Amino acid sequence: MAVNVRELAKKMAQDPGITSGHRLCAGCGPAIVMRHLMMARRKPTVVVNATGCVEVATTIFPYTAWKVPWIHNAFENAAATASGVVAARNKLVRSERFADDPDVEMDYDVIVVGGDGGTYDIGLQSISGAFERGDKFMYVLYDNEAYMNTGIQRSGGTPFGAWTTTTPVGRKIKGKLAPKKPIVDIFVAHKIPYAATVSPAFWVDEIQKFRKGLENMPSFIHAFGVCPRGWRVAENETIEVAKLAVETCVHPLYEVVEGEYRLTSVSKAIARNPSKKKPVSEYIKYQGRFKHLLKPENEKLLNELQRQIDERWNELLKKAGEY
Amino acid sequence: MYFLASCLVRILGRSFPLKKEKKLMIGYDAVTDAAILAGCRFFAGYPITPATEIAERMAEKLPKSGGIFLQMEDELASINSLIGASWAGFKAMTATSGPGLSLMMEGLGYAVLSETPMVIVDVQRVGPSTGMVTYPSQGDVCQVRWGSHGDYSIIAIAPASVQDSFDYTIMAFNYAELYRTPVILLMDEVIAHLREPLIVREDVEIVKRKRPSMPPEEFMPFMPKPGEYVQREMPALGEGYKVIVESTMHDELGYRESESHEVGSRTIARLWNKIEKNVEKIAKEEFYFMEDAEIAVVSYGCPFRSAINAAKTARKEGINVGVVKMITIWPFHDSMIEKLAEKVKAIVVPEMNMSKIVREVARAAKGKAKVLGVPKLAGQMHTPEDILVAIRSVAR
Repeated sequence: MAVNVRELAKKMAQDPGITSGHRLCAGCGPAIVMRHLMMARRKPTVVVNATGCVEVATTIFPYTAWKVPWIHNAFENAAATASGVVAARNKLVRSERFADDPDVEMDYDVIVVGGDGGTYDIGLQSISGAFERGDKFMYVLYDNEAYMNTGIQRSGGTPFGAWTTTTPVGRKIKGKLAPKKPIVDIFVAHKIPYAATVSPAFWVDEIQKFRKGLENMPSFIHAFGVCPRGWRVAENETIEVAKLAVETCVHPLYEVVEGEYRLTSVSKAIARNPSKKKPVSEYIKYQGRFKHLLKPENEKLLNELQRQIDERWNELLKKAGEY
Repeated sequence: MYFLASCLVRILGRSFPLKKEKKLMIGYDAVTDAAILAGCRFFAGYPITPATEIAERMAEKLPKSGGIFLQMEDELASINSLIGASWAGFKAMTATSGPGLSLMMEGLGYAVLSETPMVIVDVQRVGPSTGMVTYPSQGDVCQVRWGSHGDYSIIAIAPASVQDSFDYTIMAFNYAELYRTPVILLMDEVIAHLREPLIVREDVEIVKRKRPSMPPEEFMPFMPKPGEYVQREMPALGEGYKVIVESTMHDELGYRESESHEVGSRTIARLWNKIEKNVEKIAKEEFYFMEDAEIAVVSYGCPFRSAINAAKTARKEGINVGVVKMITIWPFHDSMIEKLAEKVKAIVVPEMNMSKIVREVARAAKGKAKVLGVPKLAGQMHTPEDILVAIRSVAR
């Protein structure tokens, strides 16, 4: 998909998919991701939304920000609900039921939107089941790295060392001790045709990947979702932080097509020119949730975080054949 | 509050000096403090409004008390890790709300059949499904009793104040050990987020887990003493005792017996009887202005607070109204209700649901008094006026 800014602007003015006026926080990363996601639609689209920030804050009574058909189920079963929608759609498209009615458009895309809690933790099973069956939908994970909707509790997506309300920073234990789950690798292991990571800071790359995901379903997209409230980041620094996450290789940009890893955008440039890779301290200095890591006595923890990031980056370089 | 506390002293049948210092405390803090005092050293939970704060507090407090806090990947994992921790020798607790409780039903049944002590705090919100997340309800009151499949009985306790939350959490842990069963603390959003003065006592009675008194070759982990229904003694994994914990029907040794009607009947009857035959020991309630009452308001949780106010107003109007606060909801105290029905001409039951416990009250009253439910839905708490209207209607 070639991204033409003028055309996209026109499309979004006529048919935004998701409108402004929702109640997501000022500077919310996932809100920007949702808008970019709607830009990538190729035909009528149904959104299945897992419980989470996006679900709650886009549909506060008596309003909804969604201009597309939208279904919310409980926390752990958005993918299972989408499986039902996709199976029924496939049957109806083939059936004669709506053959006489030219207004009924039965051929539509199904996009599932879930947060990190609904993807890494409670929802993992139903996504795994759907990918194993090959149910043709695109799953978009907006990863704000904790349960932000209930007030900042750690999730399987929370990075090492981060403060949350259930991984408090005390004298002995300082934040989360476990590393982040390699979620993309988990779904790549399901042999799905397309998986990718995206960041709203690199939106051309992002929209292109969303479109590729729709063209190669079942697909999984891991979107980086800066949360100013939960990460203790200033609202106007969302994009800066999202950009630094890519530049420090905390959230490298890549896609996996039929099992083949390919780096994209800035991450590709860093692979070719390693001097461009910034240290993780550049990224965490903007964030209150990591402020304890910058104290001299916690240098070990900071080094451990850097080590984990380097390890994953090097693994990725090997997989992408850039080593 | 001192009066309430002293009532509880009477109920527990113990006398100890009460400290009079009061603390201003929020409901969920009272629960976590009491749990730690009661010996809880394992908490596993999953974020859910309006119960998340209990997990957050436990994450802070438990490691400092030498305990373990685990955040699990969902509620299925939460309750099942409690089963593991309880058999490893810990007093264990989780906290959730309706949707999480629904997921926990499988684990709850497992805990019932494997006779695993644990405490589940259910901070009720409006259902069904996701429902109304931030509003209180009493909609889960029957689910906790009947929610898991098969035949069993269970203990559920409903606090109506911050002091109750503290005291009844300890009661819940004690009952869990005494009857080797999961116990549910039926809170609601209002009580969990309410700030009130609390008398924190350190010298409360704590029931400790009983270790096997017999050598491993003679010990039977599910065999009660003659004349009793519960085997109080429970070994921990790795202590040298043969521990077979089984979700299939089993005999008193824990051996799987999925085809014997006789063993199955015996085990199911024991699970039922250990609660139902001990109902007079387990069931607790408090009576207010009941001496000369012609009408009784039977209530639990939040509506109790409005009921007291309604009774006082009714008395000014010349209607003799008393209030019964049910502390334990399950097992249902049939004999208490029957006696009550013999005494008064009408029983009013305000509930923040479609009227659930009122059916139990009507059943137990055996037609001896008129029974009237006062439902209140969708997160609204009864005003005293709501209850007064019902009182006036039955007083005529």
